[in-house]
Formats: sequence, structure tokens, C-alpha cells
Amino acid sequence: MSDAVEVKTLIIDGEEVSALRGQTILEVARENGIDIPTLCHLDGLSDVGACRMCLVEIKGSNKLLPACVATVFEGMEVTTKSERLQKHRRTILEMLFAERNHICSVCVSNGNCELQSLGQEQGLTHIRLPYRNPELPVDASHERYTVDHNRCILCTRCVRACAEIEGAHVWDVMGRGINSIVITDLHEEWGSSTCTKCGKCVQVCPTGALYDKSKIGVDHPKNPDFLPYLNLMREAQ
Amino acid sequence: MSKLKLATVWLDGCSGCHMSFLDMDERLLELAELVDVVYSPIVDTKEFPDEVDIALVEGAVASVDDEKKIKKIRAHSKMLVAMGDCAVAGNVPSMRNPIGPEAILQRAYIENASAQQQIPCVVVPKLLKVVRPIHEFVKVDVFLPGCPPSADTFHTALTALVTGGPVDIPALTRFGA
Repeated sequence: MSDAVEVKTLIIDGEEVSALRGQTILEVARENGIDIPTLCHLDGLSDVGACRMCLVEIKGSNKLLPACVATVFEGMEVTTKSERLQKHRRTILEMLFAERNHICSVCVSNGNCELQSLGQEQGLTHIRLPYRNPELPVDASHERYTVDHNRCILCTRCVRACAEIEGAHVWDVMGRGINSIVITDLHEEWGSSTCTKCGKCVQVCPTGALYDKSKIGVDHPKNPDFLPYLNLMREAQ
Repeated sequence: MSKLKLATVWLDGCSGCHMSFLDMDERLLELAELVDVVYSPIVDTKEFPDEVDIALVEGAVASVDDEKKIKKIRAHSKMLVAMGDCAVAGNVPSMRNPIGPEAILQRAYIENASAQQQIPCVVVPKLLKVVRPIHEFVKVDVFLPGCPPSADTFHTALTALVTGGPVDIPALTRFGA
């Protein structure tokens, strides 16, 4: 196939839009002002399709596709909002809330949490699933940051930011399924790991799982917006 | 028109929701035109009445006593409102769930007690193994999250519930609000 730019035409929510070959549905939707809710996606990081919040319907297929990793094709017809999608998105959020111990009222990220605000946006008023209440560790061995596994939703943004942007790859995921947790190095304490103390993982974490010890309290917004800018500057060099 | 019968109940919570309810201030007078408070920690009635129109329940279900109460409340209330994060989601009381009631009692009454080390076992009700939100025990009609829901949230939601008007709760409040 030639390297020439190839333009695709597709329909998102009834609106005819054009896209470049290789673009994801999410990119194209957002370029055209159509919002698709996301949680594990972050501008500036690679996409893994972990959280499934961005599932969309494709005409002619029974399968729902994650918009962050599904690429466009000619004539594609995408639906981003439907009762079925709303039901799935809510259930996903409910499973995230029930899986670990998300006590919003006493969380360092209360008021600045993407899980919390997404829950509100999607109209959650309670969790229909029984809470699991697992016993999970908090690692405060690092001089500047803490990881509270009770609040982690395994989006792996920290893993990707550390590997792709900082180039250190200190964070990774250990275990399988419901027993997975994020770890530093080979499951060493964060404080004695090879962490470069750059703090990018803390800024990209959507919840209160990773936080800056000096900024505990309700006024603790995360600032992940530096990522696309950083990538742009690096590409320019 | 006869007034609606309103009850407010305090299970395993900090009473903050009741405080926030009282923070409606002068708007309580408007509300008092529409409802009679027939049972509440802030009125004298000791027994939950037989017929209640709206029951606001603060707190999670944490003891055998809470469990008995919530079932009685449900049986005698037309509309049951889970008021605040403890009732809605377990919240702070449920933070003991991963370690269990024995460990909590041990820490509070033995390890941290300088005198009279003993775990209370008479009069006080037995703690349940895990603290649960009320909808895991009975049907809940309206969920009002927040820690606590603000006075404005109470005012908007209660006015709608009392007058039968529509209310968009996620637009008013959220977990931890």
C-alpha cells in the first residue's frame, strides 16, 4: 500500500465525517466535537482498551468496539450513544466501584477524580453489585508519593507514562484478573525502587491511587495536560 | 390537604446528613407546611410509626439492630430514601469490612484502652461481619449520595419528592460530594 495520505469517510452519530487512514474512532469523534467517555485513554499515551468505557456500536456488527483502539474504515457507521451503551458504561463503572475500596468522602482525590465524575456524568446514584471490600496494601515508602491500591482501577496509565514518556518502566502489572495490582520494579517497595521521582505517574493517575504526599486534601487536582505538549516538543527536536 | 408524614432515621452514620438537613434553615419552615416530622432523632417519638409516607435513612447497616430497624422502616414506609453515602454505599463505616469487626473491637477497646479493657457485650447490639448499604437489605426508592448531601440538595430533592415533581439527582450530587 502506498504511503500517500488516504482519506476515509464515515458516519458518527448520523454525522458524516472524514478521517485519515489509521485514525481511531475516538480521535475522529473528538476532532468533530463528539464526546465519547473514556477512563484509561489519555492524550499523549498509547491506547490499551483496558477500561471499555469508550465502547461504541458499529452498524452491521453485534460486537461493541473500544473507540480508543478501533480504527476507522470507509463507510463505517458508528453510534456512540444508545441505551445499550449507556447500560454497559454504567455497569463497568459499578464494577470498578465494587471491585476495590473507593470511599470518595475520605479520598485525597475527592472532587478531582475521573472515576467519581464519570460516575456522576453517567447518572450513577448507587452500586447495584455487592462490594468486594478486599484487603489491599498502601505503600508510602517513597519520599514524595504514595500508592493506595484501594483506589486503583488498573487503567495502567502510570505504567504507560513511566515506560513511554519517562522511559524508566518502573511500573508494571503483577498477577492476573481480579488479583492484578500495579507494582514498582519486581514488586519492590516504591521507595527503594529505581523510580526517577519525576511524578508523571501521579499526574496521570485518574483516581486517588497515586498521590503526592505534600498535597493531601481536597484541593489536589491532577495535571496530565503536559503529555501531548511534551510529545510535541520531543518530536520537534 | 393533609400533610405527608416524614420520618428521618439514624443508623451507622455520623449524623452529618441530619446536620445538613437542618442546614436548610428557614426553608425548613416551608417544608413544615407540607410535612409532619413523625419520627426522627430530633423529635421525641421513640417507636417508628405504623404509617410513614417518606422515610429518610442516614447511615449504613452495621449491626443486628440496624438490620432489624431497616426492615421495620421499609415495612411501614411508602417511600424509602437512602440519605447520604453511608446509606447509599457503606462509606466510612464500611472501611472496617476488609479487616472485620473483631479486629476493630480489639483495637478500640483493648489495645487503645488505658483502663477497663473489655469489649462491650451487653445492651449494645452485635456488629455484623460486614457493613452494607441499605439497598442490600431492603428496596430503596430514592438514592441521595453525598457526604453529606448539601442543604440545597436536600431542599431541591425533598421539594420534588413531597410535591411529586421530577428530580435529576445525579445533577445535584455525587459520591463524596
